[in-house]
Amino acid sequence: MKEISELQLPEDVRYAEDHEWAKSQGDVLRVGISDYAQDQLGDIVFVELPQAGDRLKKGDEFGTVESVKAVSELFMPVSGEITAVNGALEDAPELVNTAPYSDGWMIDVKPDDPSELDALMDRDAYLDMLKGSEQ
Amino acid sequence: MRYLPHTEQEIAEMLQAVGAEHLNDLFSTIPDSCCTLQQLDLPDPLTEWELNEHMSGLAASMAVAPEAKVFLGAGSYDHYTPAAAVQLLSRGEFVTAYTPYQPEVSQGTLQAIYEYQTLVTRLLGMDVANASMYDGASALAEALLMAVRVTRRKKVAVSEAVHPLYRRVVNTYFHPTEFEVVEVPYGKDGRTDLSRIGSLEEMAAVAVQSPNFFGCIEDLQAVSERVHTDAKTLFIVGFTEPLAYGLLKSPGGHGADIACGEGQSLGIPRSFGGPGLGMFAAKMTYVRQMPGRLIGQTMDKDGRRAFVLTLATREQHIRREKATSNICSNQGLCATASAIYMASLGGTGIRGLARLNYDKAEYLKTAFHDAGLAVAFGSPTFNEFVIRFPEGSEQTYRRLLEKNIVAGLPLVRYYPNLKDHYLLCVTETASKEDMDTLVREVAS
Amino acid sequence: MNDTVGTNGLIFNEPLLWEKGAPGRTGFSMPRRDVEPAALDETLAGDGPDFPDLSEVDVVRHYVRLSQWNFSVDSGMYPLGSCTMKYNPKTNERQASLPGFAGAHPLLPEELAQGALQLMFELQEYLARITGMDAVSLQPAAGAHGELTGMLILHAHHAKQGRPRSKILIPDTAHGTNPASASLCGFHSVAIRSNEKGVLDPAVVAEAMDEDTAGIMVTNPNTLGLFEENIREVAEIVHGKGGLVYADGANMNAVMGVVNMADSGVDVLHLNLHKTFSTPHGGGGPGAGPVCVTRELEPYLPIPRVALGEDGRYRFSEDHPDSVGKMHAFHGNFGILVRAYSYIRSMGGHLKKASQLAVLNANYIKEKLKGTYHLPYDRPCMHECVFTDKNQQAHKISTLDIAKRLMEYGFHPPTIYFPLVVHGAIMIEPTETECKADVDRFVEAMKAIAEEARTQPDLLTEAPRIPKVRRLDEVTAARKPCLSG
Repeated sequence: MKEISELQLPEDVRYAEDHEWAKSQGDVLRVGISDYAQDQLGDIVFVELPQAGDRLKKGDEFGTVESVKAVSELFMPVSGEITAVNGALEDAPELVNTAPYSDGWMIDVKPDDPSELDALMDRDAYLDMLKGSEQ
Repeated sequence: MRYLPHTEQEIAEMLQAVGAEHLNDLFSTIPDSCCTLQQLDLPDPLTEWELNEHMSGLAASMAVAPEAKVFLGAGSYDHYTPAAAVQLLSRGEFVTAYTPYQPEVSQGTLQAIYEYQTLVTRLLGMDVANASMYDGASALAEALLMAVRVTRRKKVAVSEAVHPLYRRVVNTYFHPTEFEVVEVPYGKDGRTDLSRIGSLEEMAAVAVQSPNFFGCIEDLQAVSERVHTDAKTLFIVGFTEPLAYGLLKSPGGHGADIACGEGQSLGIPRSFGGPGLGMFAAKMTYVRQMPGRLIGQTMDKDGRRAFVLTLATREQHIRREKATSNICSNQGLCATASAIYMASLGGTGIRGLARLNYDKAEYLKTAFHDAGLAVAFGSPTFNEFVIRFPEGSEQTYRRLLEKNIVAGLPLVRYYPNLKDHYLLCVTETASKEDMDTLVREVAS
Repeated sequence: MNDTVGTNGLIFNEPLLWEKGAPGRTGFSMPRRDVEPAALDETLAGDGPDFPDLSEVDVVRHYVRLSQWNFSVDSGMYPLGSCTMKYNPKTNERQASLPGFAGAHPLLPEELAQGALQLMFELQEYLARITGMDAVSLQPAAGAHGELTGMLILHAHHAKQGRPRSKILIPDTAHGTNPASASLCGFHSVAIRSNEKGVLDPAVVAEAMDEDTAGIMVTNPNTLGLFEENIREVAEIVHGKGGLVYADGANMNAVMGVVNMADSGVDVLHLNLHKTFSTPHGGGGPGAGPVCVTRELEPYLPIPRVALGEDGRYRFSEDHPDSVGKMHAFHGNFGILVRAYSYIRSMGGHLKKASQLAVLNANYIKEKLKGTYHLPYDRPCMHECVFTDKNQQAHKISTLDIAKRLMEYGFHPPTIYFPLVVHGAIMIEPTETECKADVDRFVEAMKAIAEEARTQPDLLTEAPRIPKVRRLDEVTAARKPCLSG
């Protein structure tokens, strides 16, 4: 597994405590899981995602991500309507491992309240959280 | 005792190594209040000779072929198993291995079950089969629960021509849930009455059995078309006699979404009803909602073909309370037995054997008809069928028991409206002579 | 220590069934036809399955070769924790294959099936005496099936009291089957963490227990191999709120003739005949999971029940209106019951000795490997002990590597990464049927591996090399499932 110093933690996304990231793209937020989360899970073999049109609240489970011997739930970083899901993950779940912030994205959400994004952590706060949990 | 290898000397050495004086000291963490005060109140140990004698005595009281002529089917069938299959199945490497959690040293079990899964998909015409369930009854209950998960609907419909004991197990499984089981009556022809299925709007699944409990071959095409008039409702085909699919079009060929049932007839002794084999197969779309273990093909690090338990994230040891089932131990050795049996038969053999079974039952059915007894249902049947005995059938039945002939299963116990109706079964093991005797005795 | 206890000998390659054979071959002696072919409605007929045609020799070699790729109890020591891989006596197989048992139809009239009924009745009686419980059902086909039966009994009991309950307490050391079985009955699992000694803390249970909680599921001895020493207090707390105590008896092999389960406060208990009572595992089953209850809960047991009439005849009795219903199409895995019955009749009072020696073997291994491997709970254990890979982590060696290397020393690996509360768990259950010499060899192998972890870690990370195949690509197996050929 990666050391914390080896993790990719881009500046242009915001992070949730459950290790999802969210990034503003026009009027939707794109959501995925962080490099830390994919590294902890190991080789991802399956991603279960909601359907476009589903409405979910912040903290609701929006899907699951599976490695060979573990299942992790995915939680909404903000409330809103799912406008798109990354269909490429159906055949290539490994994209979450290889490109967690780009091709491995999971859902697009039209947020009920765009300011909810600001409540998420920036890179430094997330890094502090990770360092804290390592101790 | 021959299963306990420790000598007194070794026990003493080991006690010393662990710092205990007596064997009893090893249990010091157990509070006195939990301890049993008496010696175990069990019969004195038997020697192997004595055990053989005792067990042979118990077994001798059972009515079995060839002394008894047992015309019982109803979910448990008498087929001949080749000696080679019996011998192979007794190999300790298969019998005394655990679940193949360590694939490098379990390839025998893994390949055998992968082959079993494949043979089952081919027999049933389905995409994917699991590594087995407990029996046909629990397989049906789990299939119905799976349909509830897939469709997120709360009602399931089960034909009254499904084995009545299976329906009782289904009711046990469903009782504590919020889901509802409705039954679909059978018609005068002994088949499920499609006109009584009702609205499918809230129905997760419709389950029929074919051949059904009366031996009648359901019109699966018609049921399938009716069930699939609702885009979400799943069509479940059950069975108790899979040998029929050596002759009949498979459930998958008629559009079944799930096919499940009992596989005992494929090379597994009846053994008073268990262990048998819950067979379970589905369309690939639903694989992640399936219960039970699955074995998949992969490669080892040197690129050799190898097999491993896979898609385990559905299962209880990973997903715990959200698992697709609580099943852990299944009927692995019985699955292996049925694979050996199916391999022994081969494609040519299973067609020939299924046809012979069909012909034998037709012979007996015709003989009853010719002797003036009523065949209760007009639909085509496989291996078993219902005959209405003349009035006073109970006396006839008892009289035959005294002659060591079990003249089928009295149905009144399961279907109160079917007084004097008996479910009779023959397979390739019944001779023409025995069948002629049966007809003569019942008709006399 | 000789590192070639396991050698690779001559291992045959063998293709898949359908890669062998030739159309027209057969391995089956078709019975002589003594009736004429009958007409068949052609609209129902199919083409028959696409099975390969194989000769008897093809079939025999195929399965003999496959069998040789398996590790089994008959081949060597199989210290798989919580699975009780004891020797499976061969005489049991003989008894189960007697034609009177193996050939018996399950719906025979009772008067023609007295032997089977007597055997079941007596087995119920023996299991009740061994556990201290009052009544037994033999119907459940496996441990998890027994758990489900037990949960249905809890559900039925609370419904009968007019107070259905929605929650169940389950310790964090439990097998996954426990919460999965509970949720089939609609119970929501509440996890109870074990204390620093690895057992339940009554105060934690008291805090979680309320009048909407159906009871607690306790594995005792638990999956850390420890006796739940506070079980009586826990039971009093649960009973005090109207709940019931369900015990998972997967680890009963430690305490036969030692613990009275009813006295310890248990209301419902399941046994695994394929663990404690020596019936073989068959590569995953069939097993049997009888359920034992107190007198108070007897009315809820599955039906039919096996009873002895006043006329001295055995019979099936259906007249139990409070029963949870039927769990199995017929009477459970009868063939497995025959084996367990044979075992109990062969052992008699020696069953207590079996438990004592199982516990002795486990404690011996614990003492011998303590220090070499990290022992998270350094206390007297029951029939199994749990180590971790903590001491080996510095060499980047994990529990998985240790397990794989152990194969090359001729041992089946222990249970690994379970229980979940112990990081990198190595759970060792030797059972009583391993003699001291074999236990010593196992200890030596484990020590040699610990030394290799320090000096030649490649031997572990590259292991195993000797078996039929090496480590598998499980990721591809799951990403691109190939489940039939």
